[in-house]
Amino acid sequence: MTSAPPAGPGVVKTAPGPTAPPSTPGGRRDVRRVLTRALPLSPAVVLLLLFLAGPIAYCVYIAFTDLQLTGQAESSFIGFDNFRAAFKDDAFLNAVWLTLVFTVLSSLIGQNTLGLSLAVLMQRASKPVRTVTGGIVIAAWVLPEVVAGFLLYAFFRREGTLNAVLDWLHLPSQNWLFTLPILAVSFANVWRGTAFSMLVYSAALNEIPKEITEAAEVDGAGGWRRMWHITLPMIRRSIGTNLMLNTLQTLSVFGLIWVMTRGGPGNRSQTLPLFMYEQAFQKSMIGYGTAVALLLLVVGSLFSLVYMRLLRTEV
Amino acid sequence: MRPTAVPLLLATLLTATALSACGSESGSDPDTVKISFKQSTDNSIKVMDTYLADIKEQFEKANPGKRVELVPIKAPDSEYYTKLQQVLRSPKTAPDLVYEDTFLINSDITSGYLKPLDPYLAKWDDWSQFIDTAKEAAQAQDGKTYGVPDGTDTRGLWFDKAIFKKAGLPADWQPTNWADILDAARAIKAKVPGVIPMNIYTGKPAGEAATMQGFEMLLYGTASGANESPLYDPASKKWITGSQGFKDSLEFVETVFKEKLGPDVSDALDPNIATRVRGEFLPKGKLGINLDGSWLPQDWLEGSGHEWPEWSEKLGLAYMPTQTGQAPSKVSMSGGWTWAIPSKAGNPDLAFEFIKTMQTKANAQKWYIANSGISVRTDVAEDPAYVKAQPGIKFFTDLVASTHYRPAYPAYPKVSTAIQEAMEGVTTGDSSVAEAAKGYDEELKTATDNQVIKK
Repeated sequence: MTSAPPAGPGVVKTAPGPTAPPSTPGGRRDVRRVLTRALPLSPAVVLLLLFLAGPIAYCVYIAFTDLQLTGQAESSFIGFDNFRAAFKDDAFLNAVWLTLVFTVLSSLIGQNTLGLSLAVLMQRASKPVRTVTGGIVIAAWVLPEVVAGFLLYAFFRREGTLNAVLDWLHLPSQNWLFTLPILAVSFANVWRGTAFSMLVYSAALNEIPKEITEAAEVDGAGGWRRMWHITLPMIRRSIGTNLMLNTLQTLSVFGLIWVMTRGGPGNRSQTLPLFMYEQAFQKSMIGYGTAVALLLLVVGSLFSLVYMRLLRTEV
Repeated sequence: MRPTAVPLLLATLLTATALSACGSESGSDPDTVKISFKQSTDNSIKVMDTYLADIKEQFEKANPGKRVELVPIKAPDSEYYTKLQQVLRSPKTAPDLVYEDTFLINSDITSGYLKPLDPYLAKWDDWSQFIDTAKEAAQAQDGKTYGVPDGTDTRGLWFDKAIFKKAGLPADWQPTNWADILDAARAIKAKVPGVIPMNIYTGKPAGEAATMQGFEMLLYGTASGANESPLYDPASKKWITGSQGFKDSLEFVETVFKEKLGPDVSDALDPNIATRVRGEFLPKGKLGINLDGSWLPQDWLEGSGHEWPEWSEKLGLAYMPTQTGQAPSKVSMSGGWTWAIPSKAGNPDLAFEFIKTMQTKANAQKWYIANSGISVRTDVAEDPAYVKAQPGIKFFTDLVASTHYRPAYPAYPKVSTAIQEAMEGVTTGDSSVAEAAKGYDEELKTATDNQVIKK
């Protein structure tokens, strides 16, 4: 009669499973550790909530009210009325159209193409030429917006530099700010903003390995073909980034246009930021102006989406 | 908690309290009257500051133990309005007395920023010296009065005698209807090359100047009686859509620019046109007729940067006639500023005492003269010392009898913009008179929430 040896101690310990609650002392320490670590962040978080998130949320709220700066006893929540009013407002639609014209002309076509051409040309230029050209282009970019606006006002006005040059060439002159205001401000924006694209593209072009272009050259590809089949695909990401930044910057240009034309004559150069300012601060309709600001945000995101789509890397 | 956490927590709390302390309690001392006014952005112009310092001294001498605190707001007009509206919103920041433009006073009344003054005015003898039209300038739609006007302005035709002589026009020119004005301009165009025959402000860049000095000077001259208001119908409390008078006024503007009797269209639509007229066109003898305000000589006084003491010999003055010369034959528009008491003011009674000190006959007269303003008090208007103080003052003061105040209700700033847009359309030739008037009707409905009436 042998009895089985006892199978170990009689108390069977259950191993803590994955769903077991954490032992309290260690858990409390974890929470406390998280809190202590978060503590240094808290002033920044408080400030951000107060000065950034708060106002943004308030803005979104205002866009749905009929708040005015003056002239009403109390404001009320009106749902989507401001947005409905905007799409019925010819002046708003005109501003959207002009914003698109201004953005496509000055950012997409102007700054982008000119920036790329300058970058490509400067790659081949001698150092002094590169320095001088780069200096001039960047100087235009560094100037404060208002100063640039006044300079270009002086260039385009009826007694301005451009007409003086045209007269000297015996070409017909005109008051550009009056006859073609949107073209004049678009040109001004190209003049001022090209430097940024030039810098982005210069950096991108320097990244292209020399071997590849040389190999193409050996295979007998001409300049344009090399550009189209090698350079552009290789700097595609930079193109996307640059277009995005450029467009968003151009969409919000205010000072330049304000100084040159104040959105006039009529509404012929009144882009969305100027339209917004007129509604909110000149006509005191803060609610409507803010709604338009949100719509401008939508326009900006649409552009961004299109770029992301077009320039998705198929890797 | 580890020792380092304590200072961090403290820092956070401090930040939060510092931020919430931004709007700390200023409180209101029952013996101090706080006064906000518009200080010129030009540091060399101290007209208002000097005047108020003088009144402050008088007031403190007359009321021992009371103090006056002047709180200037240094800003151009449009920004001053915005800043003022912000301080009026809270009892913590509201002054006891504010300087309000009649252009916006009704908007601020509707917002509940201001206090009705009727109980005070009823007990104030000098109020009877104020002319009725000026009293109405600060009256709201509820019939109560919210401000005491400290002077006004009127508008008329300034003309260059030298240019008139060359054009074969009389030195004591006085048109009796619109056609006379256009004929004079045509004569100048034909005989005096190189000058602008006439100027009328137009379009959005000129802003309220286009509406008031330009359009309303025409529109109010189309009415068939002195009391008729062609822009706003007080009986139904509605705005009037493009009437025949409205179209006629647009047609006048169209004629001026179509026949090239005005400045070049691109100059007329330059935001700086008003400055150029005062500082360049008139003093240099480049402009024949100018439809403008009584305040022009302000810029030509000594020490103003555009000194032109001989203006009174070089320029003649004529009143603006009604459309066909119908009664009352003259037309003028008036604006001006008022002293008002915020609804959230701590010491309204003391503030009104200060208004009384400002508006004794002697002090009011001092102010009108210092400011190139036009008297709104009958006793000052009759005083020979006031009449002789500046050339032109009598001419413009006499116009007060036939002047109109803008229907400056809350919707007015938007209505004004709609008028400027209609003017601009016919100025550039982008739209015909009919199209511009139709566009105005539509804008008007939006601007006034459909409170419109056809006449």
